Amino acid sequence: MNLAIKDIAYNLGRFVLTAVGIGMLLMVVMGMGGIYRGVVEDATLLIDRLDADLWVVQRGTRGPFAEISRVPAKLTDRVLAVPGVRQSREFVYHTIQRERQERVLRMAVLGLSWPTDKGDWIPLVAGRSLGQARFEVIADQTLKLAVGQQIPLGNDVYQVVGISRGMIGSGGDGLAFFSSADALAVQLDVPGEAIRLEREARESRARQFDAAVQQPSLLENARRQSHELPATARPTVNAVLVNLDHPADAATVASIIRGWSDVTVYTAEEQRNLLLQGSVEKVRSQIGLFRVLLTIIATIIMALILYTLTLDKLHSIALLKLIGAPNYVLLGLILQQALILGASGFAIAFLVGQQIFPNFPRRVIITPEDLVQLAVIVFVISIASSALGVWKAMTVAPNEALA
Amino acid sequence: MSGVMPAATETESIAIKAERLTKVYGSGNTEVVAMQDASMTVKSGEVVALLGPSGSGKSTFLTAVGLINPPTSGKISIAGQLIVDGPIAFTDLRAFRRRHLGFVFQKSNLIPFLKAVENVQIACELNGMGTRQARLRALELLDYLGTKDRAQSYPSMLSGGQQQRVAVARALANRPSVILADEPTAALDSFRGRQVMELFSRVAREHGTSVIVVTHDHRSLDVFDTLYEMEDGKLSERTAHPEKSRG
Repeated sequence: MNLAIKDIAYNLGRFVLTAVGIGMLLMVVMGMGGIYRGVVEDATLLIDRLDADLWVVQRGTRGPFAEISRVPAKLTDRVLAVPGVRQSREFVYHTIQRERQERVLRMAVLGLSWPTDKGDWIPLVAGRSLGQARFEVIADQTLKLAVGQQIPLGNDVYQVVGISRGMIGSGGDGLAFFSSADALAVQLDVPGEAIRLEREARESRARQFDAAVQQPSLLENARRQSHELPATARPTVNAVLVNLDHPADAATVASIIRGWSDVTVYTAEEQRNLLLQGSVEKVRSQIGLFRVLLTIIATIIMALILYTLTLDKLHSIALLKLIGAPNYVLLGLILQQALILGASGFAIAFLVGQQIFPNFPRRVIITPEDLVQLAVIVFVISIASSALGVWKAMTVAPNEALA
Repeated sequence: MSGVMPAATETESIAIKAERLTKVYGSGNTEVVAMQDASMTVKSGEVVALLGPSGSGKSTFLTAVGLINPPTSGKISIAGQLIVDGPIAFTDLRAFRRRHLGFVFQKSNLIPFLKAVENVQIACELNGMGTRQARLRALELLDYLGTKDRAQSYPSMLSGGQQQRVAVARALANRPSVILADEPTAALDSFRGRQVMELFSRVAREHGTSVIVVTHDHRSLDVFDTLYEMEDGKLSERTAHPEKSRG
């Protein structure tokens, strides 16, 4: 006869409630692990999906994910001239936040190097990749936009032509893929009044120069639009992505580009490590520590629950001792209950988590390895937390049954 | 007991023999002598009542001979085997209890999360009996004690008398030499109390099991073969009920 199961069957309601409570607690532990992995996955998703062999960034910076990096768009041509380089692409990446239909629309804007990159590699659930150089966008489904929708950004209106799945920026925001020209237009968009004021300021500065007095055409130039001014720098991109010919040696190509005094070059792996050790590191550590704390709390709570369950059975345990039950029977009663409780809690955590986690604002990724790891932790917790109850059961005197 | 039991039974085997049992709690100024030089010999099939006021040491004696709370000094032999000499035990007491002793208490006798039949069955299983065999034995005992129809009920669904019958069935599960009962009728009305006392007498007669009952209930003393009285930790034999003596 299995005493543990008999006790559970008798107190089924209480057991179910306890298991649900522990399950919820374990779900939080599981969820924290999933968020931890989600943060890493989200952070490195772009690097992995863009599949560049080298990242060329502004000299002395750690790349566009760590800090502001600006390189001239024309750098793509210079990089393409290096032996071994098959393709070079502009990389524009920034985050915007707009109000749309009375809700906040926050998106990570990624510029695709049209026409080299039309976004054919993006996993779509609806629509298509970019079909023209301007005014089209592929939005991730987390942005809750639909194909055909028009999004006004700055002075322009963009049409959603495709919906992607699982494309999240390093900050956890859904990605919106524009052509790099559009991405820059969105980034550099300034109100008309600001443009007018800047033009006035430019003119005013020009009037201070003697040369402008002597050459009126200079003043005319100052009145032109920014992109028409020959002396104004062309818009910059955040990085240039490089794909190599096979079997070109990445180290050799990187060493050539590294010789240029205006840029720094990283391999994809280096860029990935920089990202994980930089902006993601603190979040990762914080979630990791929080997970450890939650595990300790779960152990303590389980220990208290099991101890209370043992206290409730103390008279029965004393009675069992009195009628001669050996210690292993009592040990089995408590340990089996602890393991059944742990296993039930784990199952509840998994099943409820499957329903809840997809609704979290950030991705929660539960891998089979994480599940096995948590199962082992729950097993250890169950054994460890039953120690107090076992100690109590072992020390209760059989004559307590007479009390 | 000489003079109480018929001559023919004096030759019967001794089920339990307690010799000069003393139990002292604490030491020095806090020393309390709960039981002093208490001796008792109970033969197989004999039903013994242990009387006395509260705090006289009855339960101390019962827990000592029940191998639950060993005496400070004195010897206990059960089924012809010396089990305890003072605090020294010569065998695994828990295993010995399982095989040779049965217990019935005043209340909270049964394990609440086991059904009536399972409360009896567990005692058999703890003694190494297979599940199926233990189940049959439990049902057989419940039938014998007239509670088979409540076999699938939890203790909380049974009346006090039914609970005590199940407890007696459990006590009998492993065919013990001795059943020890601590005020088994205290929570029952007089009718049901008498039924339980008669049950002990019947069990002793039909199974040859000795029964020692600690009781305050003077209305059923005619059921017992021998009466003992405990006062201030000292045990003395009392004249048995006249009707029983005549019988």
